[in-house]
Amino acid sequence: MEGMDELLAEFVTDTRDSLEQLDTRLVELESAGEDGGADILGIVNDLFRMMHTIKGTCGFLGLPRMAGVAHVAENLMDGFRNGEKVTNAAIDATLASVDRLKYLLGEIEASGGQEPEGDDSAIIEALKAASGGAPLEELPPTQPAPAPAPATEAEAPKAAAPAPKKPAAAAAKPQDNSPQEAAPAAAESSIRVSVETLEHLMTVVSELVLTRNELTEIMRNEEGTNHKLALQRLSTVTGELQQAVMGTRMQPIGNAWRKLPRIVRDLASSLSKKIDLEMNGSHTELDRQVLEAIKDPLVHMVRNAADHGLETPAERKAAGKPEKGTVTLNAYHEGGQILVEIADDGKGLDVDKIKAKIIDKGLATAEDAERMTNEQIFSFIFGAGFSTAKEVTSVSGRGVGMDVVVSNVEKIGGYIDVRSALGVGSVFTLKIPLTLAISRALIVGCDGREFAMPQTSVDELLKVEPGGAHSIKLIKQAPVLRSRDRLLPVVDLRALLDLPGARDEDGSLRTADETTEGFVMVVVARGMRFGLLVDTVLRTEEIVVKPMPQAIRSVDIFSGSTILGDGRVIMILDPNGVRNAASGAADGSMQSMAQGQGAEEEGPQKQTQLLLMFRADGPNRKALPISLITRLEEIDLNEAESSDDQWHIQYNDELIPLVWFGDPPDPEKKRKSPLLVMSDDGRSMGLLVDEILDIEEDEVVVQIPSEQDGILGNAIIGGRAAEVIDVSHFLGLASSHWFEPRGHDTQRAIPILLVDDSPFFRNLVAPVVIAAGFEPTVCASGPEAIERLQNGARPVVIVTDVDMPEMDGFAFAEKVRTMPAYQDTPILALTGLVNQDAIDRAREAGFSDYISKLDRNGLIQSLREFTRPSGQELAA
Amino acid sequence: MTIAFQTSDHGEEVDGFVTARLAGHWFALPISMVHEVFLLSRITRVPLSPPGVIGVLNLRGRIVTAIDTRQILGFTSAKEEPTFAIGIERGPELFGLAVDQMGDVLSSRKGERERAPSNLDKRWRDVVTAVQRVDDQLVLIVAVDRLFDDVISLVGS
Repeated sequence: MEGMDELLAEFVTDTRDSLEQLDTRLVELESAGEDGGADILGIVNDLFRMMHTIKGTCGFLGLPRMAGVAHVAENLMDGFRNGEKVTNAAIDATLASVDRLKYLLGEIEASGGQEPEGDDSAIIEALKAASGGAPLEELPPTQPAPAPAPATEAEAPKAAAPAPKKPAAAAAKPQDNSPQEAAPAAAESSIRVSVETLEHLMTVVSELVLTRNELTEIMRNEEGTNHKLALQRLSTVTGELQQAVMGTRMQPIGNAWRKLPRIVRDLASSLSKKIDLEMNGSHTELDRQVLEAIKDPLVHMVRNAADHGLETPAERKAAGKPEKGTVTLNAYHEGGQILVEIADDGKGLDVDKIKAKIIDKGLATAEDAERMTNEQIFSFIFGAGFSTAKEVTSVSGRGVGMDVVVSNVEKIGGYIDVRSALGVGSVFTLKIPLTLAISRALIVGCDGREFAMPQTSVDELLKVEPGGAHSIKLIKQAPVLRSRDRLLPVVDLRALLDLPGARDEDGSLRTADETTEGFVMVVVARGMRFGLLVDTVLRTEEIVVKPMPQAIRSVDIFSGSTILGDGRVIMILDPNGVRNAASGAADGSMQSMAQGQGAEEEGPQKQTQLLLMFRADGPNRKALPISLITRLEEIDLNEAESSDDQWHIQYNDELIPLVWFGDPPDPEKKRKSPLLVMSDDGRSMGLLVDEILDIEEDEVVVQIPSEQDGILGNAIIGGRAAEVIDVSHFLGLASSHWFEPRGHDTQRAIPILLVDDSPFFRNLVAPVVIAAGFEPTVCASGPEAIERLQNGARPVVIVTDVDMPEMDGFAFAEKVRTMPAYQDTPILALTGLVNQDAIDRAREAGFSDYISKLDRNGLIQSLREFTRPSGQELAA
Repeated sequence: MTIAFQTSDHGEEVDGFVTARLAGHWFALPISMVHEVFLLSRITRVPLSPPGVIGVLNLRGRIVTAIDTRQILGFTSAKEEPTFAIGIERGPELFGLAVDQMGDVLSSRKGERERAPSNLDKRWRDVVTAVQRVDDQLVLIVAVDRLFDDVISLVGS
């Protein structure tokens, strides 16, 4: 019977709504009861009325199980109205009854009106027990109503309402009835419309908008017609219609939050935490499609905040925080977007823990991880299978989730941002578009075609031209852009899409280079920042997003299409698709970028390090370990002071010596110059170079030694030859400032033995220790060092590399310990790998300390520590 | 140039077909399958799109995928830009099958149609369900579903 079906559908929708509200109000009641204040009576009245309506309607529709549960729950609420104490047990029992009602409702909906078989006596008993043993009236037997009952919904509950038991309840009754009587009036002013109807309306209006745009475009070229006025009116009305239709699709975000108080409450009790949920801006409206898409991600993030974010009451107390943690939701509009913040005042994200996890999972090397910003580190928690929760709780921490959350949010063109401070809390910000149907886009031109780029994905827009503020540079044929001291890989849209103009006459692909003029959109997609090069940026426009036609869905560089005012179709670029396509291509800069962000891993045997690649005095690439560089600067040579071939420049209130390759710099020819600043022990020097190229990660094996001053030799770095810089040469040039061993001048140099198979490191470490006042005897292998020791070299400390061919550091140390003269000589291990395992092994082998190869200061400190007693003896 | 087709004036059931010329051949599609016939104009080429797709265009606010029918049927692509397309609805989407030239509507009784000859080009054998002789011209009657199987297999590859 159709009438009955409709009635049932309406009942299901209404009741589901009421049950959600019951959840919310019950949690409110509980916290109001705890705080002692608030409008308990108001809440209780609401609860009573909602239960009462459910019971009445169920009776009318012949649903005895639901009616039975609702009846007892209603009695309990009635008791509250009459001043019975609101106990936690009572709230628990009522929430359980709401859950049961939800379950029954779901079954009824699925079966088309039939209640499932089952027994609710446990829940009913719990409700009765919670009401403090107050005698409850028996439930009047509900009879299935004769199908087409003439009673309306509003009358039904009244008819089924039990007579008030106590005088006090009678007094409350009229007050309680008034909203019910007002309800039919409210119902008349609103009607239910199916979602499909609204969707269809939206489609039609979108088409109307486009037709209007087309017409406007045509009329623009018509002179002196009398249609203009009518067109203008049409235009205004169309705009209003569009707003109105969009308005019907808008829903307050509070609808998606309704479930949350209950979820947080249940979480709090299962985790034994005390949690307050604050919700601000619940009236912020957004498109229902968007709302649907973020519902689950929101729940997940709130769960995470409560479970991982907030500490236990004991931990909070110990940290000097109130026992009760707070999860705050904020929603607001900002620049055509909705921002939803999920904040907690918990322990915050532990950068070190995440770092350890990143390294442990092999997502990045220790060195890479060390260099990442907190923001970059945090972005790893969105990766699949990444969970830092130590214990897997029933709530979360199964390593699935955040990646799903991110992909859901990205699907609708949004993204997530994390800020966190250890011990203070975390804020996850969801940035989502107002609506999916219409969005703001940059219309860009490339190779004579137009494309739309979602404006929310564009961080910055830079004009590039040769000699301008920004210009494209090439590194290994890969275009990059220097922006705010960072190298930004540039993706050339023309080449990426293989547009006709991307190829020369002979068919070879042309990429952007130094001479390129155009615009670079700085885009952040999946944690990677890159520039997308186009020819022009034409304008911004509100575009109606049309889904991708099926036949071209495989082209994931586009997310959809849209129709411009002149009726042409253009494609909408998908930032994530562009990122994937670009990093898939053999694009050196994107790859090295990906490495920097930990996407790839080098083989564990290789002792790779990060090298800054630059050009100076000639076209060859030169390499210098980044660990030696403090900062990259650009200086004006006119500001440098020169005397006796020594150049200095003011840097951070200090005059630092400048060194260079080849001929002295000529400020006449080139005023600006990049400068590599190296610091040690509070002293700095600057190396002038022509151009900074890139950062490579590779192993340094000098293959062809060089005779040239300042060059150690040639090595293959990143697959191509490069000259490795001899730092000691430049340290020597700047020596008068750099080498003065402060406070050590009266001391004699302390003899040490330095063992390393790599000439690069020998040449790197030796000058450093000399500068610190030691006199190293340098050996290239373990056996050579043993021989030296046997021949009577008496070093105070032995410093050795661990990974060496022939005899490794451990074997060497064990051997040294067997030599009577050196049983107590401190042996320091130098290595690229520092982890607990290696340290333990080193201690066993008789090493005194274990230092990272790149940690110069650590080495000097350790050397000073182990030589201090003898220094004191000298002084004494 | 169009050719005129005879219409049937007998009382028996008559099926209508939309005819179009493609690389010198006449093809016919059941009129019930055809959404509309429209002018192919202002096509936006989609970079990196699979072969068989000419591009997309706007038909009164709807996005239409223009299909290079010549390529689907194994002809070389037309030298001139195709001007007409037969709009076919597949699911929620509208496809435009580009043709060289539109013909008249062919009214055909079942008895007038013959089985496709067995020596038909292999590629066509799956697509062409019947042939009909009209004024010395052979009209190939096409099964739209099978044609789209070819579209999907070409586009999907």
